[in-house]
This record gives sequence, structure tokens and C-alpha cells, in this order.
Amino acid sequence: MTTTLTPPTGTTATKTKPRRVRRSKAARAGGQLHAGPIAYVILALFTVGSLFPLVWTAIAASRDNQRLAQSPPPLWFGGNLFDKLEIAWKDANLGKAFLNTTIVAGTSALTIVFLSTIAGFAFAKLRFKGRNALMLIVVGTMMVPPQLSIIPLYMMVAKLDWSDQLQSVILPSLVSAFGVFFMRQYLLQALPDEIIEAARVDGASSWRVVWHVVFPAARPAMAVLGMLMFVQTWNDFLWPFLVLTQNGNPTVQVAVAGLGRGFTPDQSLIMAGALLGTLPLLLVFAIFGKQIVGGIMQGAVKG
Amino acid sequence: MATRHDIAAPPAKEGGAAPGRAPADALSAEAAKKRARLSRRWQRDIRWSPYAFVSPFFLLFLAFGLFPLIYTAWASLHTVELTAPTDMEWAGLRNYTRIFDDEFFWNAAKNTLTIGIISTVPQLLMAMGLAHILNYKLRGSTFYRVVMLAPYATSIAAASLVFVLLFGRDYGVINWVLDMVGIDKIDWQNDKWPSQFAVSSIIIWRWTGYNALIYLAAMQAIPQDLYESAALDGANRWQQFIHVTLPSLRPTILFTVVVSTIGASQVFGEPLLFDANKGASGGSQHQFQTLGLYLYEQGWVNQHLGRASAIAWVMFLILIVIGIVNSVISRRLRASS
Repeated sequence: MTTTLTPPTGTTATKTKPRRVRRSKAARAGGQLHAGPIAYVILALFTVGSLFPLVWTAIAASRDNQRLAQSPPPLWFGGNLFDKLEIAWKDANLGKAFLNTTIVAGTSALTIVFLSTIAGFAFAKLRFKGRNALMLIVVGTMMVPPQLSIIPLYMMVAKLDWSDQLQSVILPSLVSAFGVFFMRQYLLQALPDEIIEAARVDGASSWRVVWHVVFPAARPAMAVLGMLMFVQTWNDFLWPFLVLTQNGNPTVQVAVAGLGRGFTPDQSLIMAGALLGTLPLLLVFAIFGKQIVGGIMQGAVKG
Repeated sequence: MATRHDIAAPPAKEGGAAPGRAPADALSAEAAKKRARLSRRWQRDIRWSPYAFVSPFFLLFLAFGLFPLIYTAWASLHTVELTAPTDMEWAGLRNYTRIFDDEFFWNAAKNTLTIGIISTVPQLLMAMGLAHILNYKLRGSTFYRVVMLAPYATSIAAASLVFVLLFGRDYGVINWVLDMVGIDKIDWQNDKWPSQFAVSSIIIWRWTGYNALIYLAAMQAIPQDLYESAALDGANRWQQFIHVTLPSLRPTILFTVVVSTIGASQVFGEPLLFDANKGASGGSQHQFQTLGLYLYEQGWVNQHLGRASAIAWVMFLILIVIGIVNSVISRRLRASS
């Protein structure tokens, strides 16, 4: 498996920069050419395709159910948005769901970032017996989808009487091979050996090195990984759906999915719930979009 | 590196400062002992802390990944009811014969395959095209990249619920647009292929931008000289794309194919929420029931956790086959290049 993951080139971040300096007039398909009008047209189409379902969620949420059962479908906002959001908030138990999801996603993201950074540091910068074999196992575990493990986990939850309790969602979400891999790749190039050496000469223990050298150096990658993991846990569906209930102790996804399952579902209410559940993450992406994009691309090339 | 630390480490075992500095008084013996102790601790630290750093991941993986996976195989040989998940009764291979005799299992397997193809192939092709465009010099390139990632920020639940409405037969936006260009109403819920396409489109929508960014990152890592020499050889842009870009992206393409294939074999939330009957059957005729959904139906609707375990284990075996096929292909590719 690792073989397929070996990076196309090793040190990209440093190599790409000088490229900009060298320019020749020859026609190239590479990064220098300015995009033509057709490219912008295609991009515009993709932009509309990406955003339309989101915008339409808000449009549908701002209408009432009768209007959604008419043709042609509404393409502009009506006046009910805030009423619907309020009702959805109450009906879907969204207040509690938001609190729960923040706890779950926050705990999980922070833990993953911490554990991945120390493990990534060990894999990137320390020498120990079995390092390569263990790294291979880490990469191998990425290929095993967590969904296949849900039945014994469900039995455990039943045995411990943990259904509808947050720890049953948090604990299994703390494993992230991707996180370990991501931090390893980052620290390989971002943390010079000399700094670690220097700290060692000063008599720093491994923990002190981690605390005073690795964490400061890894901060940008830790932030990106934290956001990615937060998004992933926030959006997690299957497992929370199995062990949490909408009226008990739901996460946002469980609460939102529950909105659609009534006998005569109010479609605009469902859309209002979906909108509320998505807004926080869209906000995060609007603010930190550049960093998240950078993080994904960085993880990608080197992965 | 560890060896270099050892050299750089403070006083070695015999404990002492530099030979030139003579031990002046009684204090130095104590100091030497102290240094020796420190040094032993140092050695231990260098030796064992790497394991301490990587062990939390492995312990968590053992507890919540590997052990449950193996226990699933054990559970699949038992009759286990959802209502009493801790009572297990030996059943041998009966769970497996039951699911292999069930036409809906084969139906779900076929649907998983077709939905996997319908969702993965266009998704990766579009991602490739999009990445190629994003690789040009663009005004507002960050804006486009973030926008392409917005669907990725949307949860499966929210996306599926919106797409159900967009694909509505009578009042959906998509049929309305099709109607304007003269295409008759399509029943996106009940007809087999339209429904599979609709479910796939949720997956395509959520993941195209993400994959485009991965391709884009790989494209930016291609050395510019390759394009320059291709241009000197008279290759036009399309030929450069075919002969320079694609071969350089091969490992990345393989990577995205593997990841998408694994994802496609696990599809669950989209077909669950796309079902108008609010059930786990994947449509009235099971027309878009995937293996993931079938597992859920057997385990949590029909309450046979043992049978669900058998399905999970079959899905795992399918993944192993995919993994082997993939590694064979990648080895071939590397041998040929």
C-alpha cells in the first residue's frame, strides 16, 4: 500500500517557488499560463454547481411547505427564514445537539492533534527499532474503514450501558492514522535536525523537546489538522446515528437526519435544520479557507 | 541520529567532567554519581520515548479498530439479536449461507458496484479537469479553491436532504430545468438508474473539489523543465497534458482511486436519507440499497447483529481483494515506467 502513497516528488514546498522566476515564452500547460475565458466559464459553472445546493437550502428554508409543493420551484428567498430556523432549532433539539457536537468534535480534534503530533514527530525525527514497520502499519490502517468495526463497538456500548452518552461517540473517533501521517510529513520538512540537536546538547529530555521545539514548529500543521478533524467529526454520521437518539443526546447530524423522518415531513423545516447544521462549518471555511486548502494540498502531495 | 545524541549527551557513564578538570573535593564524587544517574535516565529517554510517543495511536487502534474488526468475524459465526447484543449463540456459517441465499444481498452488492462506478469515475475525471484549470494563473484562485471545498464542509446528512428535494419528481429544481429544455419528468426516486445516479451525484458533489485540490497539489509539484522540453519538442498543450501531466500524476491518481474505492464500498448515509419511505431498504424496490445500508437493515431493522457481522466481514474481504488488485496494478505500472 505504501508504495502507492509514495510522493511524486519529495520536497515540493521548497521546489515550487523558484519555478516562478524562470519563465520562458514557449507554450506550456504548466502553472504559468494565464487562464483563458473558457477556463473562467468552466470555473463559473463549477462555482454555481458547488454553491447552488447550499444557497437553495437557504431558499427552501425561507419558504413554507406549500410553496415547496408547487411548480416552478422557488428560486429566490421568501420571508420565513428566521421563523423556520427558530422552529427547527427547537424541534430538532439543536441547542443540545450543537453543544454536544462541539464537545465531541472539539475533544476529538484536540486529542488527535496532540497524539498525532507526538507520534508524527517520533516517526519523522527519532530513530528506533521497528520504526519503518510501524509506519507501514499506520498507513495500512488507513485502508480499513472504521465502519466495519461498528458491530462489536455497538455491543460494547450496550454492555457498558453507554447508549446516548457522548463518550461512546468520542472514544472511537480518537484514532486517526491520517493525522499521524500528516504530522510526520509536515515535521520531516519543517523541523530541522539541528534544532533538536541543540536542545539535546542543552540537556533537554524528549518531552522537553516535544514541548519547546516540536509544538512551536508544528503549530501551523496542528491548526490545519485540528480543523480537518473537527470538520470530519462534526459531520460524522453512521456511528453517532446508531448510538445517539434525536430526543436524547444527539449530535447535529443525528438531529438533522431526524428532522426528515417524520410521517408528514415539513420540507422547509428540514432545510432550515440542514442549514443550521452546516452554517458553522461554512463559517469556518469562509474564515480559514485558505489555510484549510493549503493543508489539504500539503497533505496530498506528500501523501 | 540517536547515536549522535549519545555523543552529544552530557557526561558518559564513567561520569566525569573533562579530564583536565581535576576532582577537587569530596563533592565531585557525589556529583559524578548524580551525573551517572542523569545519564542513565538520558539513555532510557532516548531509547524508549519514541515508543511512548507512538503507542497511544496503536493502543487506540487496537481497542477501536483491530479488536472490533476481529471480533466481528467471531460474532459473524453466532446468532446475536440487537435486543440482547451480549447473548451469543453459536451458529457456524449459517449467517453466511443466509446472506448468500438472500437476493437482496446480491442486489446490494451490484448496487454498490454500480453506484461506486457512477460516483467515482465522473468525480475523478471532473476533478482532474478542474485541477488543470486551477493550475493556470487565475484571478482569485484562492476564492475558487475555497468554493470548490464548500461541499466537503457540508455533511452527508445535510447534503442528502437537500438533494432529495432538488431531485423531487414533481417539484424539484432539476426536473424543472430539464422540463425547460424539453425533457420529460424523471422519477429520481423510483426508477433504478435515475435513483442510482441521484445518490451518486451527492457523492460526486461532496468530493469533486477535494480531489481536485489533491490533483492540483500534485500538478504543481511537476518540474517545469518537463514542460519546457516537451514544448521544445513541439508538443501542444493537450499533448503536454497527456505525455507530461498524466504520467507524473500516476501515483496520485492511484491514491485517489484507492481512497474513492474504499469510500464507495462503504456508502451508507446518502442512500439511507435519499429513501422516500424513510426506511433502510434503499428505495421501494431496493433499487439503490448499498451493502452498507443492507448491513444496517439486517442489523438494526431486522435486528440480526450476527448476520450484519457476516456482511461486514464480507465487505472487509472485498476490500482486501481491492487492495491486492491495486498493489498488483501499481507494481505493473512502476515496472512499465
